[in-house]
Amino acid sequence: MRALLLGTVVLSALMVGHPAAQAAPKTLVYCSEGSPENFNAALNTTGTTFDANRPIAEGLVAFERGKTNVQPALAERWEVSDDGLTYTFHLRRGVKWHSNKDFKPSRDFNADDVVFSFHRQWKPEHPYYPVSGGGYAYFKSQGLADLLESVEKVDDHTVVFRLKHPETPFVATLGMDFANIQSAEYADFLAKKGAKERIDQDPIGTGPFFLQVYQKDAQVRYRAFPDYWGGKAALDSLVFSITPDAAVRYAKLQRGECHLMPYPNPPDLAAMKADPAINLLQQEGLNIGYMALNTQKKPFDDVRVRRAINMAIDRQAIIDNVFQGSGVVAKNPIPPTIWSYNEQVQDYEFDPEKAKALLAEAGFPDGFQTDLYAMPVQRPYNPNARRMAELIQADLAKIGVKADIVSFEWGEYRKRIQNGDHGMALFGWTGDNGDPDNFMHTLLGCAGAVPGGSNIAKWCHKPYDDLVTEAKRVPDQAERAKLYAEAQRIFKEEAPWVTIAHSIVFEPVRKEVVDYKQSPFNRHEFYGVDLKQ
Amino acid sequence: MLKFLLTRFAVLVPTFLGVTLLAFFLIRLVPGDPVEVRLGERGISAERLEEMRAQLGLDRPLLEQYLDYLGGVLTGDLGRSVVTQNPVLEEFLTLFPATVELALCAILFAVIIGLPAGMIAAVKRGTAFDHVVMGGSLTGYSMPIFWWGLLLILLFSVTLGWTPVSGRLSALYWVEPVTGFMLIDSLLSEEPGAFGDALHHLILPTIVLGTIPLAVIARMTRSSMLEVLGEDYIRTARAKGLARARIIGLHALRNALIPVVTVIGLQIGVLLGGAILTETIFSWPGIGKWLVESINRRDYPALQGGVLLIATVVMAVNLLVDLLYGILNPRIRHGR
Repeated sequence: MRALLLGTVVLSALMVGHPAAQAAPKTLVYCSEGSPENFNAALNTTGTTFDANRPIAEGLVAFERGKTNVQPALAERWEVSDDGLTYTFHLRRGVKWHSNKDFKPSRDFNADDVVFSFHRQWKPEHPYYPVSGGGYAYFKSQGLADLLESVEKVDDHTVVFRLKHPETPFVATLGMDFANIQSAEYADFLAKKGAKERIDQDPIGTGPFFLQVYQKDAQVRYRAFPDYWGGKAALDSLVFSITPDAAVRYAKLQRGECHLMPYPNPPDLAAMKADPAINLLQQEGLNIGYMALNTQKKPFDDVRVRRAINMAIDRQAIIDNVFQGSGVVAKNPIPPTIWSYNEQVQDYEFDPEKAKALLAEAGFPDGFQTDLYAMPVQRPYNPNARRMAELIQADLAKIGVKADIVSFEWGEYRKRIQNGDHGMALFGWTGDNGDPDNFMHTLLGCAGAVPGGSNIAKWCHKPYDDLVTEAKRVPDQAERAKLYAEAQRIFKEEAPWVTIAHSIVFEPVRKEVVDYKQSPFNRHEFYGVDLKQ
Repeated sequence: MLKFLLTRFAVLVPTFLGVTLLAFFLIRLVPGDPVEVRLGERGISAERLEEMRAQLGLDRPLLEQYLDYLGGVLTGDLGRSVVTQNPVLEEFLTLFPATVELALCAILFAVIIGLPAGMIAAVKRGTAFDHVVMGGSLTGYSMPIFWWGLLLILLFSVTLGWTPVSGRLSALYWVEPVTGFMLIDSLLSEEPGAFGDALHHLILPTIVLGTIPLAVIARMTRSSMLEVLGEDYIRTARAKGLARARIIGLHALRNALIPVVTVIGLQIGVLLGGAILTETIFSWPGIGKWLVESINRRDYPALQGGVLLIATVVMAVNLLVDLLYGILNPRIRHGR
């Protein structure tokens, strides 16, 4: 027996010293939820494409892994002029581009690449603008076409962005995936070959991994890029195993066919928690689920009615019933993970009696009738809008308000509520750059209160709007935080929404995965992650 | 025979046109267009929305779009996916072999088990075996594919650990696609063990997709066999004292097979429909999953092209079955 044991020890010692045993590559398998549309985040708005693109491509700035802070990436540092209109980015030197079997880069990353990537999305006359169908939904929805004055190369390592008006969240916007940089040299090479589309299909990037192969609906395979400026990744290769069904993803995780997965089915969470091979990560999502009250319609133009509705709804019951433990009651329009979150804001207490009294004071002693729009789809901020609407309907009935639940196909639904057809509407938002402006101005500012705009409450309140507009222009973050905190107070007082929930995002990860961090933006990032073997 | 073929082809033309019409207009009846699906919650100004629509050519009159599409189809151009910008035909062709491979395995599985089971059930009519086949096929026929697939995964993959959960190959192996058929490509590749791994991955999806055809074939064979066994010539053969095995194997089987062949042909359509669910459960990178995704993204060109190509395959297979039927049953050939 002892001899056997000794033999095993010696043998394993030999194995460790053996080059073949050492060379076993570290491959991390991620069971992703769908196929990426292509490999250019500027063309798409789906998280699936962003995730698949992220190992390959990078922007000027990045978000610190697991946080919402902006940090340098392809730009080493940047300066903002005193008037807030000119941003000078100093680019990192010695950043290598990937290569593929046709294309070998002749130079490092430089200012030409930055100018190319922004002009492509911005200028309709740019030769690459119509390539791959154009579109650039994010560039457009972020309003960059109306914000940018120019993007210019000063020298190989300096780029200047000029804006039409000051916009402090601009740097955070550049950290979003659509602002990733493509190679201008590769673009020229493909244009000469008459194969421009390939820039988005066979991507060349500067990221920690390069694309080995993509088989639609099956897998995306990446290899670590040895010349990555931040140092070679700990993993040797990375595989996205495309698995659309959440139950199947979980089965693969249990079997060890993949190391981690996104978007588990809520009923599986208890079993995941109990599984000793799995770490169930969780954190509050960067989102808000709310019910907007159409302030341009009677009777919601009266603040007393809006407050009464706020008091009449038992939100804890909604959390328990609809979210089943995967959400927390929201009181502000931004989640607590974003800076400037105002802890001091006093939320409305659930108090039907007081609500009734307030309603009588506003001239509706017997209540009134209205419609309640409920989304037809599951969203991160609302797992079951229909059920939520029914609970709200029952609560409101107790104070005499009769709400008819209506629903439409998702595209039609958004169109109608953006037009302001509704009385009350369930909706929500997931943040994408971690700046309070991305919630507070986008969703509640006067600019969005027009038909078609993203302000669903159609709420335009001057004191509030002045604060969030001012906060957009001030460069100092402490100053901005003060303005946003005050804006949150006014928001609660004026009650254009019933703030319902911030959902909790779960991610099961196998124990052998080292140092994976959950991202507040719901990104799935693998540089910096390692595997125990 | 020639006349028979010509009439069959003549019918194909209006059918084909009908499919293009249905594929084009039905999909547009579904509310929401690709641009809105892409934007999600994000609002955007009306003019930029129009600009994006114009880029995709969605702002033109429907009839014009349809004629454009039809013109493309006639010249063999199915357009480009609005989502990926790849040519639709190319996407279809890269994914179709996976579906064919799975469907062939499923139909093979169904025939190999279904035919003998139905035959024996007919011969041993009324015995326990017959009851098991009849009951089993009824259950199989009414099995919801999605539930059945997940049940098998839970039992064989998660609990017993015998089969992999999903996909065509483990992430460990990398096989260069040559023919698109994994069983062939894995043999061509240098990776040892890849073929076995691919075979392993095929087991569960084959069973799930083959269950309904298996049930149909077993029942059809049984009833057809019973009918034939009651015919005069069988009784005559019996009376002449021919061996039982010879009667069943030679005289009865050939005639009993005729309707079964038709049924197998008709199952091709069922298989392609079932593939949509099976491929989704098992993450099988074929046409079914591609169509589901195209619907979700309102990818009009991909859907139109996909539906048209699948219809073409089904029509071609049916034509082939008709021909085979004519060969098996001379009465039909000469009757015309």
